[in-house]
Amino acid sequence: MADQPRTVLEIAAGVRSGTLSAVAVLEEYLAVISAREGEVHAFNLVLADDARERAAAIDADVHAGRDPGPLAGVPIALKDNMCTRGVPTTCSSKILAGWKPPYDATVVTRLAAAGAVTVGKTNLDEFAMGSSTENSAFGPTLNPLDTSRVAGGSSGGSAAAVAAGFAALSFGSDTGGSIRQPAALCGVVGVKPTYGRVSRFGLVAFASSLDQIGPFTHTVADAALTLQVISGHDPADSTSIPEALPDYSAVLERGVAGLRVGRITDLPAGADDDVSARLDAAFAALAAAGATIVDVTVPAFTYGLTAYYIIAPAEASSNLARYDGVRYGLRVDAADTDAMYMATRTAGFGDEVKRRIMLGTYALSAGYYDAYYGKALRIRRLMTQDFDAAYQHCDVMLTPTAPTTAFPLGAKTSDPLAMYLCDTYTIPSNLTGHPAMTVPFGVGDDGLPVGVQILAPSLGEPVMLQVAAGLERAAS
Amino acid sequence: MSTAAMKSPAWTFDGWEMVVGLEVHVELATRTKLFSASPNRFGDEPNTNIDPVTLGLPGALPVLNRHAVELAMRIGLALNCTVQRCTFARKNYFYPDMPKAFQISQLDEPLNIDGYLDLPDGSRVGIERAHMEEDAGKSTHIGGADGRVAGAEYSLIDLNRAGVPLVEIVSRPDIRSPEQAKAYVSELRAILLAIGASDAKMEEGSMRVDANVSVRRPGSELGTRCEVKNVNSVRSVGRAIEYEARRQIQLLEHGEAVRQQTRHWSDGEGRTHTLRDKEDADDYRYFLEPDLVPVEPSADWIQSVRASLPMLPAARRVRLAEAAGLEAGAESVAVIVERGQDDYVLAVAAAGGDVGRAVVHVQQAFAEQPAEPLVPAADLAVLTSMEVANEVTATQAKTLIERLLADRGGDAKALAAALGFEAMGTSELGSLIDAAIDAEPDAWAKFCAGDGKAMGALVGHIMKSSKGQADGKLVSQLLNQRKTPTTG
Amino acid sequence: MSDRLTIDEVAHVAKLARLALTTDELRVAADQLGGMLEHFDDIDELDLTQIAPMTQPYHLVNVMREDVEADTLDRDEVLAAAPEADGGRFRVPSGGGAS
Repeated sequence: MADQPRTVLEIAAGVRSGTLSAVAVLEEYLAVISAREGEVHAFNLVLADDARERAAAIDADVHAGRDPGPLAGVPIALKDNMCTRGVPTTCSSKILAGWKPPYDATVVTRLAAAGAVTVGKTNLDEFAMGSSTENSAFGPTLNPLDTSRVAGGSSGGSAAAVAAGFAALSFGSDTGGSIRQPAALCGVVGVKPTYGRVSRFGLVAFASSLDQIGPFTHTVADAALTLQVISGHDPADSTSIPEALPDYSAVLERGVAGLRVGRITDLPAGADDDVSARLDAAFAALAAAGATIVDVTVPAFTYGLTAYYIIAPAEASSNLARYDGVRYGLRVDAADTDAMYMATRTAGFGDEVKRRIMLGTYALSAGYYDAYYGKALRIRRLMTQDFDAAYQHCDVMLTPTAPTTAFPLGAKTSDPLAMYLCDTYTIPSNLTGHPAMTVPFGVGDDGLPVGVQILAPSLGEPVMLQVAAGLERAAS
Repeated sequence: MSTAAMKSPAWTFDGWEMVVGLEVHVELATRTKLFSASPNRFGDEPNTNIDPVTLGLPGALPVLNRHAVELAMRIGLALNCTVQRCTFARKNYFYPDMPKAFQISQLDEPLNIDGYLDLPDGSRVGIERAHMEEDAGKSTHIGGADGRVAGAEYSLIDLNRAGVPLVEIVSRPDIRSPEQAKAYVSELRAILLAIGASDAKMEEGSMRVDANVSVRRPGSELGTRCEVKNVNSVRSVGRAIEYEARRQIQLLEHGEAVRQQTRHWSDGEGRTHTLRDKEDADDYRYFLEPDLVPVEPSADWIQSVRASLPMLPAARRVRLAEAAGLEAGAESVAVIVERGQDDYVLAVAAAGGDVGRAVVHVQQAFAEQPAEPLVPAADLAVLTSMEVANEVTATQAKTLIERLLADRGGDAKALAAALGFEAMGTSELGSLIDAAIDAEPDAWAKFCAGDGKAMGALVGHIMKSSKGQADGKLVSQLLNQRKTPTTG
Repeated sequence: MSDRLTIDEVAHVAKLARLALTTDELRVAADQLGGMLEHFDDIDELDLTQIAPMTQPYHLVNVMREDVEADTLDRDEVLAAAPEADGGRFRVPSGGGAS
């Protein structure tokens, strides 16, 4: 492989024009997987044979004069909570062991139609619940930049896959930061689109009103191209936004001059100093490029963690009730139906999933609904109002993506609350549904990457990408 | 409490009255399920009408069926409800035939609220709400007694019914007698059929009734209620409510308390059994379904659904009864309106036919015919005119009806001529009557002595000897004349 | 140690969620969940009475499909993937559940 990783744009352009062979590109990536997957454990499943067949078909298309699409021959990796027809989809849970979906997620269909080549299904925290990919039933994913450290989570496998060069592009789901946090910890770009922009059909639900699929890439331009492919209305998802898509790539070269970039003065504390220093550097870089830095307040920001850790488990407790050993997946036999449910679910779910199911069940149960779930929904509104008010004064806001750089394996596994605090800065945009993304912006004291998060208002992907491109130029 | 005017005699027992509210579930007559595109069809091979949503597969998402919403709206409007913005909620509970382990239903914001249903006896039953929800699959319990879950070895699950659209119609506790409850269910069923919302077959479970029953001394506070399930026919509704009310009265008369329970009606035994106590009822942890968005029916949409509603059974019964000179409560009127054949009867009248004879023929001979019978109304009109003009006898008319039905219409006059159907004149009948008196001397003697029943044997003889061409009415008339000769 | 939740409350929640926890696990869960609930007390300082609940992040209404049949899944394939099937139906051990 070249010193600089190939970009999605280069691969697709090369394959479409016939100057690159999809098969040859794939073999480069498969070779890297062979060399390093053993130590990183990004994948639950590598689909080398399927991918070779697919890449050959794409080359054949090109030879026959057919355009395979905007992602022609791009090797991609899918988080293992996206349904792939006939291919195991485990959510890194024992309870789904052996289950092969009889259908493809809408995103998977769109990627295939765009010419992408799926190399594998990536590891995650079980059912996307976690911030380190240590909650996988199949063992943790390690950070390819330092394998003593976590890759972040819950989409740690997808973040690591792109960072390690196992795929040019990968996909995760983001419910409270599960794309942005691992992207930051692995030093890649990660995007959570506006809720409803990307279809959730075929994404195994964690928290339905928060989940959103998005890409991991090396560059902002690759992210923009990918968003163009996976976004758009899907009649199979009732929460899918019907409005037409803008051209996400058109804004990238515009620069940031004249844009107002918000600095949240009442941002919850908790970020390490070296992380805060990189955020300051990002503001300085954007100011130097002609943006105006504006102080704004988002008073409800600080309550996001509480609202999130009530709403997400509540929805999850209901979404995960279907794993009952009746129709698919694991069953542990017992004398009667109820005992079978208990035995199956107790054996099939890991500790963190059980913890959140319990928390969510409690928050919805008779007598506690108003005190917890009802209140959390009001905070969600309050938070959205606060952000909308702040966006009267700025076009985007910057925050740290994660409070720290990649932390050592096991550092937070014994204290769930400490792990939850990893999501402090990423959670609000899931509650509001607004888009957010992380771009790598230098390294911390430990030499590991630091990500800066760009927050934008609803459907504000263009201005978000525009600022991200500005930061990317400043960082290089 | 209800403002209902109680027209039917109130049910009381030793000074107690019953207070009953009914929850009626009806399956909507859609092509597909409420949230997915697999068929909504009864009687198919098990587990053939399944898709990712029906199976509750990971990643599957519900999308609401517009036609189901319209049918639910039709029900609401036919029951005089307010149709409003509504949302869907998840009702969480584990059961093997509930694939997602939650049922999507409506809780705080149902589609239809605050309506009423007027019954033929003049009473009014309030409708609290009529909301949309999805049906569960079907469990068959194997190895236990009478197919119930208790004692079964295992259960088999068919998910064809899972996700079928339902509307649950919840009445106010305005019902005071078994008769009124039966009338409510019958009338509701007639409305559902008339508006095409459901095939409302209680025996197939596309219409299911649960009854909330309590008893009290008239005028006092409501008593503790029990919910009675598994009431599968109109007749059972009356029996189950009556049994349950008496059971509760007996408890109270013996100084015992009624416990809030869900009870199972056993039609065979004619009694209810405890299914479970309400205290250990599940905690359903309702919350708004995040995978669905609210339905906000516009005034235009509601108006267009309202405009598409046909005339409802009550109004149709009045219309037909007035045309035929019958009581609105007459059975013939009810039967014809239920079949939707009242328009046809009125068309026969409009074509110059006799509405009274048309009612009789349609009630008796058109049970297998569709709402728009295959015999043209004008053809039946001709026949009924011949009847009232005494051109054919009742027996001949019956034969002609059978021919018209078999041939999908025809000219009754020509048919009658071809068959040699002409009513016999008085003089021709005279000799037949003479012969009958000779052949049945005992009957004649009894008849002359005032035994009216003896006339049957004489008429029968004459009908037989005339090969059905004698007019029964005329024969009776002549026999009576013979019995009391006009001596001047 | 948090005493926010009793062992009995946690046991009730576990039963609702169909999870079997040992006594030790219940004790740990009571402590961990109780600790989280204490952390969540931060929201008690807010006056939220004037704020309407927000259940979905993007406002949409009247999303519906036409009443048109689409392909169904193959029963044999689906049942082959089921833990237990019998005569075209899913099979479960009986009883125990609410009716």
